[in-house]
Amino acid sequence: MPKTLAQKLWDAHVVRVAPGEPDLLYVDLHLVHEVTSPQAFEGLRLSGRHVRRPDLSLATMDHNVPTQGGVRAADDLSRRQMEVLADNCRREGIPLYQIGSRRQGIVHVIGPELGLTQPGMLIVCGDSHTSTHGAFGALAFGIGTSEVELVLATQCLPQKRLGDLAVTISGELPLGVTAKDIVLGLIGRTGTSLGQGHLVEYRGPTIRGLSMEGRMTICNMSIEWGAKAGMVAPDDTTFKYLEGKPNAPKGEAWDAALNYWRTLASDQDASFDSEISIDASQLVPHVTWGTNPGQVAPVTGRVPEPRNDTDERALVYMDLRAGTALADIAIDRVFIGSCTNARIEDLRAAARVVEGRHVHPKVRAMVVPGSTSVKRAAEDEGLDLIFKAAGFEWRNAGCSMCLGMNPDILAPGERCASTSNRNFEGRQGSGGRTHLMSPPMAAAAAVTGYVVDVRELL
Amino acid sequence: MEPVVRVSGRMAPLDRADVDTDQIIPKQFLKRIERTGYGPFLFFDWRAGGDFVLDKAEYTGASVLVTGANFGCGSSREHAPWALRDFGFKAIVSPSFADIFLANCYKTGLLAVTLPERQVRHLVDLASEDPTVKVTVDLEKQEVRGEGFAYPFEIDAFARDCLLHGLDEIGLVEQHTPEIATFEAGRPAWLPAVK
Ligand code: SF4
Repeated sequence: MPKTLAQKLWDAHVVRVAPGEPDLLYVDLHLVHEVTSPQAFEGLRLSGRHVRRPDLSLATMDHNVPTQGGVRAADDLSRRQMEVLADNCRREGIPLYQIGSRRQGIVHVIGPELGLTQPGMLIVCGDSHTSTHGAFGALAFGIGTSEVELVLATQCLPQKRLGDLAVTISGELPLGVTAKDIVLGLIGRTGTSLGQGHLVEYRGPTIRGLSMEGRMTICNMSIEWGAKAGMVAPDDTTFKYLEGKPNAPKGEAWDAALNYWRTLASDQDASFDSEISIDASQLVPHVTWGTNPGQVAPVTGRVPEPRNDTDERALVYMDLRAGTALADIAIDRVFIGSCTNARIEDLRAAARVVEGRHVHPKVRAMVVPGSTSVKRAAEDEGLDLIFKAAGFEWRNAGCSMCLGMNPDILAPGERCASTSNRNFEGRQGSGGRTHLMSPPMAAAAAVTGYVVDVRELL
Repeated sequence: MEPVVRVSGRMAPLDRADVDTDQIIPKQFLKRIERTGYGPFLFFDWRAGGDFVLDKAEYTGASVLVTGANFGCGSSREHAPWALRDFGFKAIVSPSFADIFLANCYKTGLLAVTLPERQVRHLVDLASEDPTVKVTVDLEKQEVRGEGFAYPFEIDAFARDCLLHGLDEIGLVEQHTPEIATFEAGRPAWLPAVK
């Protein structure tokens, strides 16, 4: 029977199958952060259990870490959450990259850069954007806190089989159009729930031509159209990225791994429940206008007529009128960051737009690198100087204003051009208004003070 | 977990689609390290706006939330079902739920049930017109019923079993420890361990 990539990954992790029950899957890597884990560790403690495989677990602090001023800048509750994580990791022997560590960063940024995210693995984390790791040809998805407890205790997870979707992307990406625009355009077509109950494989020549960073951006936002996981079959781009990373296999182990990794592609005749195709050559930069990622349009377009209650409510919340040109929207804040778009390539792309320009006087803009290593790499290249000279704030790594659990938040009514993944009401601060876009688009918004077609600045 | 067999009570209508978990429980309340105490912050921003449906006196004490499609999308925070339960909901009826939210509901003992759009619309209208109407969400019989109607629903058989018997899933998985150990021993050597 020909198999899809997702089916191969699934089958390789089945510990036990029983009729009428979900499959029991073995987890290769469990990523842990401070916000969704305390109750799980507490549950273990109350039942006298311990972590089965601390060596297959990795914890970091990302969601509520301050991006300046260190741990002392955190509010009491955030600090307590970080302390509790540190205690739990110490007690259970789980490696932790805490605030201040050279390897600290957003959980979905550090896994890949440490070489811990590898093709063929099953990776889970108490965070819906775990789908990011699928870019390496891994099966990776988010879980809730009860499931975190279950994985800590057993290193396994019962899961019902899911459907298979394929998204085939072909055509050359035009200048100024990025992976973020591919995925925003896709969600504009599918809406926010089409992927429910499915594992998605992104494929086709355009995907092959993308860097690992670009693939991660696309897989990252799979959850935004409802999919459980997104993935890309590994290829030479993947292997090149991994080779030499701290936790990547070495020597003979590398050869053995590589032999296996090369089998990780959907078989020629494998069938999907449904397939979507996208012509990337026709894409333009996209911007969201509403309060979910499906409410998105090409930057050359206008705020659409509302189709339903959800649209109407979104327009009220966003203080926008149907028919307004997207490029006429003035913005107050710019956030370049998050697990979607704060890797080195994203910062380079934004810096190229910013270089030689200045942040608009009415705008407050910040760059929050996805990890401490990304920050260091950017500084080695002098990107920090470009951003700072232009008037950007250059911060320490964390989730920051992607969800505003730390002090980085929008004031009510403020409008933000953001490279993150969710434009939900209040996501970046109660009453704040978010427009999602790519890093070059956010950079263009910073220097002009408006949502603007970045292609005009290139 | 307490077994859940059926939930009977009044309904509260939240007539919106795509309600995300950031609305259900905003991020500033995710800093607690307990599983309880989230009820007062349920739909915090919407309630702060005033005139929110759940704050109307006639819906106080409702135990069944009836709402639009794709409920619980977005963040995986299990704090969302915790908050709904703390607030007093024991069942939610919607045309569809986001995957992770649905799994979290089952683990929390919150009875999340899907019905076709038309039937959910009927329930929302019913609750809006007469807040005193009672319904029963019956997991054993797999139906949502009230005066003059009984709507059958489908639910994953295993999830149903766990809910009906209040099974401890960790305990269930631990019964398979020998199989887990065998699988573990056969894992390829190149797979990373965190150093
Ligand atoms: S950056 Fe945003 S989306 Fe990513 S893990 Fe952090 S909070 Fe979640």
